[in-house]
Parts: sequence; structure tokens; C-alpha cells
Amino acid sequence: MNERLFGIHGAALTLRSERMGVIASNIANAATPGFKARDIDFNAALDARINAERGGGAASDPRAGMVWRRGALPTLDGNTVELSREQVAFAENAVAYSATLSFVQGKVNTITRALKGE
Amino acid sequence: MPEQAPMTLFSMTTRAMQAQLVRMNAATSNLANAGSLSSTQEGAYRPIRAVFAVELDRASGLSGVTTSGLVRSETAPNKRYDPAHPLADADGNVWEAPVDETAEMVEIMDSSRQYQNLVQALQTAKQLMLETLRSQ
Repeated sequence: MNERLFGIHGAALTLRSERMGVIASNIANAATPGFKARDIDFNAALDARINAERGGGAASDPRAGMVWRRGALPTLDGNTVELSREQVAFAENAVAYSATLSFVQGKVNTITRALKGE
Repeated sequence: MPEQAPMTLFSMTTRAMQAQLVRMNAATSNLANAGSLSSTQEGAYRPIRAVFAVELDRASGLSGVTTSGLVRSETAPNKRYDPAHPLADADGNVWEAPVDETAEMVEIMDSSRQYQNLVQALQTAKQLMLETLRSQ
């Protein structure tokens, strides 16, 4: 039902929100020794979600599409967070979240209008 | 943390900000004690540092930060020959706290930058959540 109504955007919005949490975790752990930065490969994770939804509604593996960030600079304490990179990723993700949200809103408006019969 | 509520973006950022504050306080204490003297080597102030540790919440996949403790640095206090000083020992030496002011200042600046970063991230996330809530 969810997929028929919102298409790809329902799953995409959830995924964007999860990715925001993952990147915020990286930012929070910018000074933790030995912390390895993670990210969500959006394409792979979205594919996994959609396939799981189509294949009978079983919950997909929440770790699908999770990747370790490959740092360009090795550090002495084993931390792989690069703050500038995380900031850019966070901003990009926030913009994409807004875009997906407006798609969902448009869909809801369309359905509402059809229901009211305007 | 089995009994606690699952970690949200808000609680995670709060804990990370608290950790940064502990780090900043430690560096400030070191700065405040820079140049303090003692009459024994053992009595001299040793700089402290906060140690961060990852705190993974499996339910939500978020990883926050905790301070797993404070460590005292092993640097030996600086010996200075100053027989006229009231704290001088039998040999005329006083022991000075081994605080590196420059390093502490850099630590405070780094900490405050990361704190700002957290606040920015939290603001963006909060704004997006509010937009989602307000959409009809």
C-alpha cells in the first residue's frame, strides 16, 4: 500500500533519515580514538528496501548498503572521520531529504484533492 | 544500555556535546594550573585529558560518545632551581606543572569547533523533522 501510494519516495525518505543519523554519528565521534566512520550507500540500500517490500513485506536487513568510509588521511589514533567530508555529506543528505519530502507532500496533496473532489 | 530508551538523534547529540564539554573543562583546568608550583615532584599538578569511547545503540544504529574517564599525563614536572622561593625543598628546587599552554589552547579550539558542528547538525536535523511534521 505504501509503495503504491508514494512510489519509491516512502522508502527513500526513511533511508535519508537513517543516513542523517549515521552521518551525525560520524560528526559526534570526530574525536573518538579508533572510531571508524560509516556511511549508507544510498542506491544499494534503496534497492534492498524496494526488493524486500515487493517480495512479501519481510523487513530487509537494516545493514544493507552500509559501507565503511575510506579515509584519505590515516590518523595516529585510528579515527577515520574527516569533518569537512562529513559536513558536505550531511548537507547533501539534508537537501535530498527536502526534495524527497516535497515529492511525498505533492503526492499527499494530489490524493487529498481527489478525495475532496475539487 | 539495555534498560534505557533507544537513542535518538537528539539524545545522541546531547551526549556528544556533554563529552565535548568534559574535554573542554579538562583543558581549561590544565590551563588554570599552568605554572603552579610544588615543593615535591609527586605534589606537582599533572595535566588531565578526557578519553572518549564509542557508545553503539544497536536498536537505532546510531553511535554516540561517552567519556570513559580522565587520564593524568605521565609527563614529569619541570624542576627549577630557585632557593629563594618559599616552596623550595632542601636542595633549593621547586617543581612546576608540565602544562603545554599551546597544546591546551589548540585542544579547546578543536573542541569548540566540534561542538559548533554538532549544534549545526542538530539544527538542520530538527528543521527537517519539523518540516516533515508540518506537512499536511
